[in-house]
Amino acid sequence: MTEPKEAWITGIGIVSSLGEGLDAHWDALNARRINIDEKRFAPYIVHPLAPVSFDVQIPKKGDQRQMEAWQRIGTYAAGLALDSAGVKGNQEILGRMDMIVAAGGGERDLAVDEAILNANAQGNSAPSFLNERLMNDLRPTLFLAQLSNLLAGNIAIVHGVSGTSRTFMGEEAASIDAARISLARIASGQSDIVLVGAAHNGERLDLLVLYEFGDFNLTDKFAPVWARDKNSGFALGSAGVFLVIESKAHAQARGAKPYARLTNVVADLAQRKRPGAVTKSLEALWPKLGALADNGNLITGATGVEPVTSEERAFLKQHPGYAVRATGTAFGHTLETQFPLGLALAALSISRGALFPANDPTGLEVETSEPPTQIVVLGTGHWQGEGMALVEAIS
Amino acid sequence: MTAPRDKFGRPIVVVTGMGVVTSLGAGKADNWAKLTAGESGIRTVTRFPIDGLKTTMAGTVDFVTVDPSSSTGLTERIAEIATEEALQQSGIGRKGEFPGPLFLAVAPVEVEWPQRLELGRAVGKPEFNYHDMLLISGGGKFAAYHRRFMFGSVAGYLAETFGTKGSPISLSTACASGATAIQLGVEAIRRGESDAALCVATDGSVNPEALVRFSLLSALSTQNDPPQAASKPFSKNRDGFVMAEGAGALVLESYEAAVARGAPILGVVAGCGELTDSFHRTRSSPDGKPIIGCVRKTLADAGMTSEQVDYINAHGTATPENDKMEYLAISTVFGERATQIPVSSNKSMVGHTISAAGAVEAIFSLLTLEHQRIPPTINYDIPDPAIPFDVVPNKARDARVTAVMSNSFGFGGQNASLILTREPI
Repeated sequence: MTEPKEAWITGIGIVSSLGEGLDAHWDALNARRINIDEKRFAPYIVHPLAPVSFDVQIPKKGDQRQMEAWQRIGTYAAGLALDSAGVKGNQEILGRMDMIVAAGGGERDLAVDEAILNANAQGNSAPSFLNERLMNDLRPTLFLAQLSNLLAGNIAIVHGVSGTSRTFMGEEAASIDAARISLARIASGQSDIVLVGAAHNGERLDLLVLYEFGDFNLTDKFAPVWARDKNSGFALGSAGVFLVIESKAHAQARGAKPYARLTNVVADLAQRKRPGAVTKSLEALWPKLGALADNGNLITGATGVEPVTSEERAFLKQHPGYAVRATGTAFGHTLETQFPLGLALAALSISRGALFPANDPTGLEVETSEPPTQIVVLGTGHWQGEGMALVEAIS
Repeated sequence: MTAPRDKFGRPIVVVTGMGVVTSLGAGKADNWAKLTAGESGIRTVTRFPIDGLKTTMAGTVDFVTVDPSSSTGLTERIAEIATEEALQQSGIGRKGEFPGPLFLAVAPVEVEWPQRLELGRAVGKPEFNYHDMLLISGGGKFAAYHRRFMFGSVAGYLAETFGTKGSPISLSTACASGATAIQLGVEAIRRGESDAALCVATDGSVNPEALVRFSLLSALSTQNDPPQAASKPFSKNRDGFVMAEGAGALVLESYEAAVARGAPILGVVAGCGELTDSFHRTRSSPDGKPIIGCVRKTLADAGMTSEQVDYINAHGTATPENDKMEYLAISTVFGERATQIPVSSNKSMVGHTISAAGAVEAIFSLLTLEHQRIPPTINYDIPDPAIPFDVVPNKARDARVTAVMSNSFGFGGQNASLILTREPI
């Protein structure tokens, strides 16, 4: 076998509750800004998308109309990433660019659902009722805005990314695996350049319902992720994050400037019926990442739900030298976007020569003034799946 | 003894176990017998009321039921049945210990109407909105619905049940999903990450809203009577696809590992290719370039020329658009041979198993290689003069088949093809 090829992160696109673009996010993180909405879905708390002019990245209104919010957020972030990598509009590269999107989907037409549900509650349960209402009331193109693989489809149509297109599903783990497979394909020479990322619309009643089934939502009072031991839960966050990752040789050949190197991504699926399984799984993944410093940096997407947050905390306690940052505090829980967000903030921090400040009254997150050369990105799913990545400075 | 690596120096990837469930039945034997007898699994839907629907038939898997009933539950169960069959044939690993990763093609998951209606009724008011439903969703009463309607739930279940290694990947590339699952397995083995991979594709999603959604996109056949005659790939009077359920499971192994443990070698995945169409959300680029490119990339990946392919297992959905574009692509790449090489569509009999189709049809392609017999395209009574394929009309045919191309083209510009051979090339 040939030596694995080095993979560089050369493009980052972020849009979230804190704004859009790298500078806005860097400033917001340094100001410890948090944007939450406690009223709209009260008592449930969400991190709403900052105002965004979608026209900038999705110029055709017709395209925007074909998408629901999660697809618009993702297509927008993908455009930012392509701009950041300097490949926007470069048909030669876009035509052979691989794409792996981690997606949910299924955004509902709430008014249609509510009308059917009310009629049903009022006793209209004729066999034809549901069929007729759906046939008459669903917008014909809504399905396309619901299909998981149509975020990738829209990115292909709007931005022309048209090498290959794969959509991974499965909540948080989907994006860990998207990064893992992207890196593996580049390292082995199966791919030269990849667009990888995810998008999440956290301002959805149908999603709040789904997570409420499992009592996962944060209610009543906002607290940073590590300070939710008495009132556990996640606050859904809206965000889209995409990265352009390419082989070092490919980046150098086109004169691209890297933010950081993606050195490794590892993932597993702990059987969580056993208490402590997540802690154990993370401990097993840790040495697989590579040579790690004793006093490093770690960005986690810890959700704030239990018991997994406590299991993650138990793992972190075994690495006391690490400066930890939990993105959930500022961004909320962004599901499939959790891991790309961690990767993006790691690459951004390395490129800016500083880890952004702690935002945690419990003291788990400690300040550091060392310019980071290594950042571990950690993602644990709220109900299954866990993984890590190692992002490093290019010396 | 063939070298364990292909001409590009990559490990050769072979299939050592297969399992399949479709509307025709469970298992390879039953499916193959019915497929080569030209039987249709399409029937009028009885699972739910069909009043008010334009399309009232589908290839449902009615002989498997799950309690409580849900599309995702059925999707999971038929995947499990297909996987058990594949593992039994392969004899790999031990019970509950599969020595490699899982790649699962699965339909996108969402809360379904029976559960949504149950939730609505639980509000206990004649007039309410989503927020009222949200307020009563917690507290544990509906806790099981969280797991059931997570996208990763089917893969999580299969990974636990069969003891696959690492993080299982759930994927969707629409109608190409099954082929993509196989491709991910092939790539993992070629990278040397694993000697084996479990590739499963499953779809049990015939429910009212799914039928309505495809109906509203004018994608489905409305020739409901008789249902068996609805799916008419390559016919002049074709008018859409027929939704269907099914699952396919394949155990992939490196040739070296398979030979070392004396495993049955059912065929070789010689090549995989994919190419995105960025023209439109549901339609192919009119020049066919992305599909043509996909077919060419697949040949190149296999290191083969089109002359070496002697049967094409078509995507053949029976939509007016797909079949026309598939002919354009095949005739562009295969030239004169496009009208001579047999091209048949399993979907004429089992319908379109959507997320599962790529794997189900790969399995049927491998069975074609094993039995040296090509399943027909049924319901072929009025040929479309614009598509002069030899569709193996209505009756199975014995033929010498050494290499099969299996095509999958889907919404969102998803194109994927596979080349399967009996022996390493």
